[in-house]
Amino acid sequence: MSVAELFDCAEHFSAELLRLAGEDERICVVINDSAETHHATAFQQQLPERIIDVGIAEQNMVGVAAGLANAGRIPFVHSAACFLTARALEQIKADVAYCSSNVKLCGFVSGLAYGALGGTHHALEDIAWMRAIPNLRVIAPATANESRAAVRAMAACEDPVFVRVISKTLVPELFAENVEFRFGEATLLRAGGDVTLIGTGLTSTRLVDAAECLSRQGIDAGVLHIGSIAPLDSDAIAAHAALTGRLVVAEEHVTNGGLAGAVSEVVVRTHPVPLLSLGVPNVFAPIGPTDWLHEHFGLTAERLAGAVAAWMDEPADGDA
Amino acid sequence: MSTPTLSSTTTADVEELARLARWVRATSLRVIVAAATGHPAAELSAADILSVLYGAVLNVNAEEPHAPGRDRFVCSKSHASAALYSVLCARGFLGEDELFSYGQAGSRLCTAVSNRLPGVEFSTGALGHGLPFATGCAIAAKLDRSPRRVIVMTGDGELQEGSNWEAAMLAASRGLDNLTLVIDRNRVQKGASTEEINALEPLREKWGAFGWATRDVDGHDHRALLDVFNATPFESGRPSCVIAATVKGRGVSFMENQLEWHGKRLEPRELQLALAQIEAGG
Repeated sequence: MSVAELFDCAEHFSAELLRLAGEDERICVVINDSAETHHATAFQQQLPERIIDVGIAEQNMVGVAAGLANAGRIPFVHSAACFLTARALEQIKADVAYCSSNVKLCGFVSGLAYGALGGTHHALEDIAWMRAIPNLRVIAPATANESRAAVRAMAACEDPVFVRVISKTLVPELFAENVEFRFGEATLLRAGGDVTLIGTGLTSTRLVDAAECLSRQGIDAGVLHIGSIAPLDSDAIAAHAALTGRLVVAEEHVTNGGLAGAVSEVVVRTHPVPLLSLGVPNVFAPIGPTDWLHEHFGLTAERLAGAVAAWMDEPADGDA
Repeated sequence: MSTPTLSSTTTADVEELARLARWVRATSLRVIVAAATGHPAAELSAADILSVLYGAVLNVNAEEPHAPGRDRFVCSKSHASAALYSVLCARGFLGEDELFSYGQAGSRLCTAVSNRLPGVEFSTGALGHGLPFATGCAIAAKLDRSPRRVIVMTGDGELQEGSNWEAAMLAASRGLDNLTLVIDRNRVQKGASTEEINALEPLREKWGAFGWATRDVDGHDHRALLDVFNATPFESGRPSCVIAATVKGRGVSFMENQLEWHGKRLEPRELQLALAQIEAGG
């Protein structure tokens, strides 16, 4: 593995939001306590009037945000992804998406980032829940620069958005500082003819490293990053299914209903190909720190490469 | 009865409000009967509150439904949707033809309150959502340093939803004296009385303990409703709670306090009887 400089996406996300809020007084932040966890402390210090702390009350948090949006404010709801999406699911559906409220739902400490706090704190079902809701954009940027770009794109669009923010685990940078985030567009991070590895959020940078490992084993793997899960770049997915004939989806999420589900829905109606789904099988995680859990569920670059190589050795269904 | 004409929010007198309320009662029943759906007793319970609010309290204008300085009314009591649409019709937000498209294919009028219709601030139907939203509206008005008011009407049964109490704490904690909650306190929910199912009493003390300034009012007395809304905020620095004592099915003798009329359809003969009673001044 190359020794790349690593960055904190959550920190960059929040810094960009604070910068943007300095230019646009409509931007405000709604939090449920825990400003520090969500990197909102600087916002709290610099723009105290525009941070609304509702306390530990996620349903109210999302309803309040919809009320703020009714007055033309652009509320960014900062919360742990697990509590935001599960506790306030009906508010997200009814108050935000159904009412077309211009609310930006920011799920921090996503995936397995809460580590040993366990199943109550892991957000591993959020992509499935969020992408089932109509009129809600669902995004998962992969790096610090893309997280900053996502903030700008969210503020510029008037639709409800849920963003999964990578927290606590540092990631390498793949994008230029001025990268633009485009809803509904996938990003090809690496071209490859044998198989396409598809990731979102945390897994995308890891798949880039995995592809490097695979190339040393003679497997030419492409990497497609799905920063925008809804709307989804179905054309890019179908094109890569046609190009490589095999797809691998890796996600820090349960393997039912998330990105693998979304990709499968596309390929079965466009270009059916064998698909390997890597992530958390439909189980609650054992107890352990995040790095160990990533290892346990095969979400490190080496483990991902190993799983792909083993699968590539098997004959694809339909090969004769 | 012809559609009452209301051009001003502030000049309606009590007699006009009584006429409006009779029209809202009759029209909302005709609307739900035409749609073969609805919650007749809830419409009648809330008809006077809605008539006073739209007839004489709220600063809203159909010509400019999104005017930034408008008052915000949030109808969390979604079961009174036909009464809300009727009173909005009286205020010119929609025509009577459209009013009778309620629940029909392609209509803007969802049988749960929907903001597809300009003039409706917020879609409700999932209970316990209106007060949190209204709290956000009131915070926004404070941030904007705007004198606009936020009034939210809930049913009483829906106060069993915990989200209301999350918002109740926050509204008091932030001193939102631009926020008024009016509770349509008819004491009856779908299956039984509120007190039998999950008791709300002592309700006034509960709101007081949560930091709200609270008053009781007869929810069918237009003068008293007008006075109580005009008296808000009851205390500077505190949100106001109006507990409006109402009768579910008010104005139609065979519906009053009868559980079955929560969601029962009116037969044509029953509608005629109901309309006659309403016309007679119910």
